[in-house]
Amino acid sequence: MRILEAFSHSPLLIVYICSGDPSPRATPDLVRRLARAGADIIELGLPHSDPIADGPTIQAAAQRAIAAGMNTDVYFDVASVAGDAVPLVFMGYYNMVYARGLDRFAKDCACSGISGMIVPDLPPEEAAPLKDACKRHGVDLIFLAAPNTPQARLKMISEETSGFLYLVARTGVTGARSDVLQDTRDLIARVPEGVPKAVGFGISTPEQAADVIRAGADAAIVGSACVDLIAKGEIERLERLVKDMKEAITRAKGKAPIVC
Amino acid sequence: MKCQIANAAGVKFGRYGGLFVPETLVQPLLELAEAYEQMKNSDEFHRELKNLLKNFAGRPTPLYYARNLSRVLGRKIYLKREDLVHGGAHKLNNTLGQGLVAKRMGKTRLIAETGAGQHGVATAIVGANLGFETQIYMGEVDIERQKMNVYRMQLMGAEVIPVRSGSRTLKDAINEAMRDWASSFEHTHYLLGTAAGAHPFPSMVRDFQSVIGDEARRQILEAEGRLPESIVACVGGGSNAMGIFAPFLKDRVRLLAVEAGGRGPGKTDKIADNGASLGYGTDGVLHGALTKILQDPYGQILESYSVAAGLDYPGVGPELAYLAETGRVHPMMADDKTAIRGFRALSRLEGIIPALESAHAVGYAMSEPDALGELTIVNVSGRGDKDLATVMEYENS
Repeated sequence: MRILEAFSHSPLLIVYICSGDPSPRATPDLVRRLARAGADIIELGLPHSDPIADGPTIQAAAQRAIAAGMNTDVYFDVASVAGDAVPLVFMGYYNMVYARGLDRFAKDCACSGISGMIVPDLPPEEAAPLKDACKRHGVDLIFLAAPNTPQARLKMISEETSGFLYLVARTGVTGARSDVLQDTRDLIARVPEGVPKAVGFGISTPEQAADVIRAGADAAIVGSACVDLIAKGEIERLERLVKDMKEAITRAKGKAPIVC
Repeated sequence: MKCQIANAAGVKFGRYGGLFVPETLVQPLLELAEAYEQMKNSDEFHRELKNLLKNFAGRPTPLYYARNLSRVLGRKIYLKREDLVHGGAHKLNNTLGQGLVAKRMGKTRLIAETGAGQHGVATAIVGANLGFETQIYMGEVDIERQKMNVYRMQLMGAEVIPVRSGSRTLKDAINEAMRDWASSFEHTHYLLGTAAGAHPFPSMVRDFQSVIGDEARRQILEAEGRLPESIVACVGGGSNAMGIFAPFLKDRVRLLAVEAGGRGPGKTDKIADNGASLGYGTDGVLHGALTKILQDPYGQILESYSVAAGLDYPGVGPELAYLAETGRVHPMMADDKTAIRGFRALSRLEGIIPALESAHAVGYAMSEPDALGELTIVNVSGRGDKDLATVMEYENS
């Protein structure tokens, strides 16, 4: 419910960070600083050894985090102390969820202040058991759609998702890129009305974030660009980027979509 | 519409299998599944494949009565000679099949993963022969271990892309190929080398490899007038095992799946000392399927280990996980030492140098002859030329 509530104040900026990078101790402070800088929702990644949907930036972050001692127990500790300034969303691979047990995982999310779950390698067709667990514990299960998702399937995913619909801006893996494609705009336009839409994958600049908002998205998701700055230890630049992105999307809201 | 994945045939084997992939890959996999379903029923497709298997790959391969090994073990041992397939392993059965599927789907580029290089070579062969641009993902560690196979692939026009992520071995090569496919699927076919991964790969690869078992069944009936009491095959992902087992699933034949016991059952935080996912693994999701995998309690995938690079994989095909659970297939193990013993014995007794992978099946048969019964078939999935340096090194260490 916290997520839907947040979406009533769109446009939103959603920021992904990999928990445990550079260290588990650093993560709660990062969450608070990002929230202060303007992040409306924070996706807290749980690092996996085999992140098949991620590009080199997040792969490297996951390896650093695992080496720094991040695991699922530590993850929930970190989430609990990160505070509740903004809604937190779990992002991670299904095997990590499966290994803990679906019910226990959803329950741990609820108990540590995590409002939703994004599991990029779990399509709705395979998700019924986790969906039940999430329902039991009041956690949103957020599904993804991509530019190559056919219309009938997009409709199905839009009905199945809760909280919001995560639109993958382009095919391929996560990572910063330089433009926003026509495919992305088309995808945003294809989503049935009334479904909150957040666009991620490849958004790294305030202009790109503003662009997807102008194209009709309710939220822009930034990941790799932030993870990259964290890797370089440039936390002030990270805060500035988040601030600039938030300003850019706020300005963009209400303006006419770009005609292409 | 809601159940389009669940409705497709062969998606799940009991609770195993499925399609646990990022949304971007769901559509390409469903399209592949649909295309394959159509081709399964096409006479023309089968004619073309049969022709290539016969005239290019060199099928049927012999079912050879191993006289000397039989004498030593006091029972009849037949060897299914997949080592004689063009390229030196059973891998070509699958790459030819998928190559034809890709061609008919209008794809122009093949990507594949490889560990030891056998599947990479088989893909490069098909790339050259059927006219695809071909790129092979191979872990940096494996490139160093298998220089000859890298050169073979390059000679046939394939580009070998070093994988530097993760443990820089087979599982990471698969990760990298999946990432590539997520943005290249429009013109690229991902030619997975084993009966594992997301639907439709486990059933499609099994089908293409079933030519091994179909032939063996015919050949043993011809030679002995009866079915064998057991069949022994090594298991990494499980393609040669499923290939020879599949046509015997309904028969009273003991199916023995020999996994890599490696150095033993021990494991540290990140590394398993073996490749025995059926023996030591637990349920989990890897590379798109729910199956048995080697993992830590949190679900991080362990690095596997085996002296045979082709068995060095922390997962196994979902159908084998299912058949092992139902008791139809018996998971067994041969450690490094047993495999090396099998390697030497088959070379010395029969004049056949088996691949180190296949040597696990041979070594197991030699150490547990009573499990075999009076008449058995051992699948010699590949030849051992690629392994000479490894064996020399092993014996010197």
